Amino acid sequence: MTALASDFKANAAKALADAELQRALLNVKRGFVQKRVDAKARLPEFDTLRDEARAIKLHTLSHLDLYLDYFERKVADSGGQVHFAPTAADAREIILKLCRDADAKLVTKGKSMVSEEIGLNACLEEAGIEAVETDLGEYIAQMRNEAPSHLIAPIIHLNKETIAEDFRRSHEGLAADRTLGSAADLVAEARAVLRQKFLAADVGITGANLLIAETGTSVVVTNEGNADLTQTLPKMHIVIASIEKLVPTLEDACTILRLLARSATGQEITTYTTFATGPRREGDADGPSAYHVVLLDSGRSEMLGGSFNDMLSCIRCGACLNHCPVYATIGGHAYGSLYVGPMGAVLTPALVGIDHARDLPNASSLCGRCEDVCPVRIPLPSMLRAWRERDFARGNPKFREKTALKLWAYAAKRPRLYHALSGAAVKLLALLAGRSGKLSWLPFAGAWTRNRDLPAPEGETFHQLYAKRTQE
Amino acid sequence: MSGSQANRKKVLESIRTTLGANAPDKWREANVRHRLVTHPSGTIPARSLGNREAGLALFSGMLASQGAEVTRVRDPEGVVKAIAAYLAKHELPSELRLSEEPVLVTLPWLLAPKLTQTYGEPSASDAIGLSRAIAGVAETGTLFLVSGAGNPTSLNFLPETHIVMVDEGDIVGCYEEAWGRLRALYGEGTLPRTVNWISGPSRTADIEQTIISGAHGPKRLFVVILDERSP
Repeated sequence: MTALASDFKANAAKALADAELQRALLNVKRGFVQKRVDAKARLPEFDTLRDEARAIKLHTLSHLDLYLDYFERKVADSGGQVHFAPTAADAREIILKLCRDADAKLVTKGKSMVSEEIGLNACLEEAGIEAVETDLGEYIAQMRNEAPSHLIAPIIHLNKETIAEDFRRSHEGLAADRTLGSAADLVAEARAVLRQKFLAADVGITGANLLIAETGTSVVVTNEGNADLTQTLPKMHIVIASIEKLVPTLEDACTILRLLARSATGQEITTYTTFATGPRREGDADGPSAYHVVLLDSGRSEMLGGSFNDMLSCIRCGACLNHCPVYATIGGHAYGSLYVGPMGAVLTPALVGIDHARDLPNASSLCGRCEDVCPVRIPLPSMLRAWRERDFARGNPKFREKTALKLWAYAAKRPRLYHALSGAAVKLLALLAGRSGKLSWLPFAGAWTRNRDLPAPEGETFHQLYAKRTQE
Repeated sequence: MSGSQANRKKVLESIRTTLGANAPDKWREANVRHRLVTHPSGTIPARSLGNREAGLALFSGMLASQGAEVTRVRDPEGVVKAIAAYLAKHELPSELRLSEEPVLVTLPWLLAPKLTQTYGEPSASDAIGLSRAIAGVAETGTLFLVSGAGNPTSLNFLPETHIVMVDEGDIVGCYEEAWGRLRALYGEGTLPRTVNWISGPSRTADIEQTIISGAHGPKRLFVVILDERSP
């Protein structure tokens, strides 16, 4: 059962109490953060490249209609076809029709967040077409009927013992007493099982990390090579990507690729970066005979030029997740949305509406680490704040919050009243805390004091202390 | 208007509306044309701007740090001997599947009589693949391989061991230089069906962030640099 963004508070409480999840989440800190620091240190041009990448994305977005038009023509020139999908339902319909026309029984898939976004697997399965995720993490998530919990490490919430149990349950016909104790055992078994799928697939569906207008090319990066087997062996290759993945030229792609892996995993470059342009050419030794690119809008065009325009320059590296104290504490699933962490908390309300995700922009301490590490410098904290303001302006705050703020505003505008009230409150709190100096419970703040004590004030307000000091 | 035309119109019109660009605008069009024609480079990392020896060392060092084995030989005889020695050292099968690159076909294979050669599209049972890279990029130890008549892309991914030969003269500093070579070969704005950048053997870290080689692609990558100047 997938969690919902509207149940964020309950999901987060559950995540905090989940010992296995908490153990697994340590891997985020252990792995990604230090590796990114090291990779950045090895490339002195890193911050300059961030500025350039941001400029590339913003330039492309402000000319997106023209670049899409050019991209479409270049894909057609190389023998492929572009399909525009205004909504997720349109994208599903287009892909399903392509698969049916190819008489597909088995579809292999490279990792794609957009595919998750449109719910492609369920749609294909319903139509009697087997869809197999081939990225190891996605394959395991699919086996468990779970959504990915991280942009680039979909099963970071799992430990290897759990995965071994999943394999024993799902891989039928293998010796029951086989060893599955190590990550290497698990990888070897998945490789053998998935190899058969690669060879038998009728259609391969991949996402795209980038689309290049200059040449009509889709780009995928992997370390496993799964997207390559997916897009090379079957007779049809379908790319599903959202419209903002476009960049103008091969040079622009280089600038972004220099940042992507370094920001994501701290690698200099992913093992495989693959540029696919059209179907196989006459005389080619292999490759698909048909090539289709499905371009999803689904709310993106409406973000252009507005407060959340910059969110469309996201390259899905996951650095903001890896550096987010909230993500590190509750993991991805608690967000109840496909896109998680800081980028998810900004993007999700734009895609599904703030009414369905109003807790997400609040699930942040606005510490700013996400913006510090974002390779395209998306101002994520300001955007989170913009969502909070928008939500408040729409009259969504609770009666209690509104009344409290009104009372505070009334007092704050009247200094004498304010001093009298705050002086009394400070004295009262100090008295309540007694000798311990701590308050373990406060009226109207039970949720806050449930997990920690409030240090009590020492008996005087700031103004009183300040007045005393200036007299001395 | 067909459904697909209606979809296309809907997306593009929505973009033009939010961008405030409903009327044709020759300035915007010129911006786009200029960028596509001039394709300006961003900042090129200084590490890729060294001399020939430094470039070669960087290329080899990066590949090695990413899990590949690299060797440098002086002549075609050296290529054959290096491959035979590598396979023997790792106790690997001696049946090679090769792309039909003339340079590979004409290697002096008789020097290694135990090795057999089969050409063309690989099958699932092929253990060793041999291809030629069209370029090597020093900045991250990245090989450029292209699809073509004698060059199946699946050769780079199906066999458990992938051997790639690259001419020292084809090793360049940065990605942009390699694209420049491809533009010269295929024309502006045109690419072969597949360009593979390969920077090491296949790997995954999906399970508990533990790095394991050979996720779906080759478990081993062996790169042979043919360099007439090598000792």
